[in-house]
Amino acid sequence: MPKSSTSSRLAVRKTYKLYVAGKFPRSESGRTYLVDGDNVALASRKDARDAVVAARAAQPKWAGATAYNRGQVLYRIAEMLEARRGEFKALGVAGSEVDAAVDRWVWYAGWSDKIAQIAGGANPVAGPFFNISAPEPTGVVGVIAPETLLGLVSVIAPAVVTGNTVVVVASNPQAAITLAEVLATSDVPGGVVNVLTGRAAEIAPWLASHDDVNALDLSGVGDSELATELERAAAGTLKRVVRPVSGVDYSEDPGTGAMTALLEIKTVWHPKGF
Amino acid sequence: MPLFDYAPAPESRSIVSLAPSYGLFIDGEFTEAKGTFKTINPADEEVLAEVALAAPEDVDRAVAAARRAFESWSALPGSERAKYLFRIARILQERAREFAVLESLDNGKPIKESRDVDLPLVAAHFFYYAGWADKLKYAGLGPDPRPLGVAGQVIPWNFPLLMLAWKIAPALATGNTVVLKPAETTPLSALFFADVCRQADLPPGVVNIVTGAGDTGRYLVEHPDVNKVAFTGSTEVGRQIARSVAGTGKKLTLELGGKAANIVFDDAPIDQAVEGIVNGIFFNQGHVCCAGSRLLVQESIASPLLEALKRRMSTLRVGDPLDKNTDIGAINSKAQLDRITELAGVGSDEGAERWSPPCELPDRGFWFAPTIFTGVTQAHRIAREEIFGPVLSVLTFRTPAEAVEKANNTPYGLSAGIWSDKGSRILAVADQLRAGVVWANTFNKFDPTSPFGGYKESGYGREGGRHGLEAYLA
Repeated sequence: MPKSSTSSRLAVRKTYKLYVAGKFPRSESGRTYLVDGDNVALASRKDARDAVVAARAAQPKWAGATAYNRGQVLYRIAEMLEARRGEFKALGVAGSEVDAAVDRWVWYAGWSDKIAQIAGGANPVAGPFFNISAPEPTGVVGVIAPETLLGLVSVIAPAVVTGNTVVVVASNPQAAITLAEVLATSDVPGGVVNVLTGRAAEIAPWLASHDDVNALDLSGVGDSELATELERAAAGTLKRVVRPVSGVDYSEDPGTGAMTALLEIKTVWHPKGF
Repeated sequence: MPLFDYAPAPESRSIVSLAPSYGLFIDGEFTEAKGTFKTINPADEEVLAEVALAAPEDVDRAVAAARRAFESWSALPGSERAKYLFRIARILQERAREFAVLESLDNGKPIKESRDVDLPLVAAHFFYYAGWADKLKYAGLGPDPRPLGVAGQVIPWNFPLLMLAWKIAPALATGNTVVLKPAETTPLSALFFADVCRQADLPPGVVNIVTGAGDTGRYLVEHPDVNKVAFTGSTEVGRQIARSVAGTGKKLTLELGGKAANIVFDDAPIDQAVEGIVNGIFFNQGHVCCAGSRLLVQESIASPLLEALKRRMSTLRVGDPLDKNTDIGAINSKAQLDRITELAGVGSDEGAERWSPPCELPDRGFWFAPTIFTGVTQAHRIAREEIFGPVLSVLTFRTPAEAVEKANNTPYGLSAGIWSDKGSRILAVADQLRAGVVWANTFNKFDPTSPFGGYKESGYGREGGRHGLEAYLA
């Protein structure tokens, strides 16, 4: 919580609410919980469902935007995050981590119009056919995010750069909602990223079993029993599941795996002939 | 009506010599199991052979053999693994006629299909992945991709040998060893393939074949010493497998059901479209997960198109799979015939209009006449559920947007077809279809270089092409 520097003036405190469909609503449940002295919205099952509706509504247009455009928006996020370094530092995030988070957005921004060439290509089939494989976003992704700012950015950016939309369950609410404020001022269309603060064990099962969620990223789930339970629930609609890996160092080169895990390969055939 | 009738042109079955019984192929040897079951020819219900029913302890032995073999097989230089796969491909080419006849006997598919589609694709698949074995570091999957270990693979009965090839070729090329369970009703080509492995001097344990039913498959995929599970089959079983694999860390790829839309626009070349529709739904008796089972036809051309389709369907020859003129063979099993019959009955009950050409079906064996339903709505079960038989549901649309909306209105997302003469429309519609394979002005084309697999509840992972390697590497 940023403290006022002058004693004569009473600080204007920030209310930490959810981030859904580009707006900052309270939890429909009316619940809050106390985190480091702040009352933070405690998201409910209904909030999770509302967020999925928002993510689904935003998905076709976001995926339909040009890769160039999505790259520009991601770069804009980096600019806005850079400008708000101080806010994150006030929340106790190390300056080097904020730098790394900014750089991560820049890195992924550049991938927007390159990943299709890496992940797709022409297939030399044995016949007179044009045959091409190209990646497409898998759709709406439920993300149980790691606690750190860099971890949070490292799971959101690879999902959205390719045209997915996400519902993020964040375990570090102040940093996550401050990041949501960055997103809200970066030309990211409402609904592309939705952030729920609260208890993963309470909200995540509803995302895992939700019929309109295509993939589930469990990167931030530390409890292996919960991870197994969520993976099992996800099997009901055959969601793609990104399993948690213990001891991930988010400062390392993330590679392309985080993006390709949330992509579908579409192959199109057409005959050739005069 | 055709001016001349076709004279029978049966392919000789003498090229296949069937033993009265077959054991399990474990660690390079055929071994007996306690239980057995019979596999029949669905075209005449005659028993072809008795096959071993693998019990849990047999699967344990097979997995242990695969585990032992993994160490040396994965350590072998890729160029040497490649040569084994090239050998297998060559032997399959040499024995193609034998395998084609065998496949038609055990599965019921027409010989012209097993001869001209299945077997050439099987050999091509081994050739394709053979070439990858020593080039894995160039596949874009990291500088030193590693095999996963023992792959447990369960395949369906609709393309028994082709599905085996799709599973085994990439697994072996990448240095994994396999335990494969063929479908209960079509185990023979996999057992003959075991003999190909022996002919190729493939080291014992690299490929193990365990025959059995659902329980055998379940035990295999749940085996704690299996590192990778690959399954092709129904969405329902796929869900169960995904559940059972949860928390184990096993890598999983699933190729499941479909309910593909085949969209015909008003500017499509009608005769080509009709051929494509027929190929889309009646190829392999409709036992195809990517079958074009929902025909979406633009309203303005619905009536001439359906007329042409019915005329074409009247010339389809249903009958003896070994007759070289047969277009539609036998339904693979009594159980599948019952399911098709039940769903077709529901189609009529729910108010769709049913039509089949006059067509004489043999007295013995399992047969279903090619059937279309018109007046189908999206709420009808025959428009929503996978029938996996020669049954086509016809719906209409007015605008491209409506076609896309209806095509995507399914939990499945395996394949789709588009028929139009307008390039820009094809590309725009292809972009919007949520399906892993889109055939434009063609249908049911397959190639080892071309990735195949679904969106949504049609499964995940791709088979074929560079993408197919990913399922077997870490």
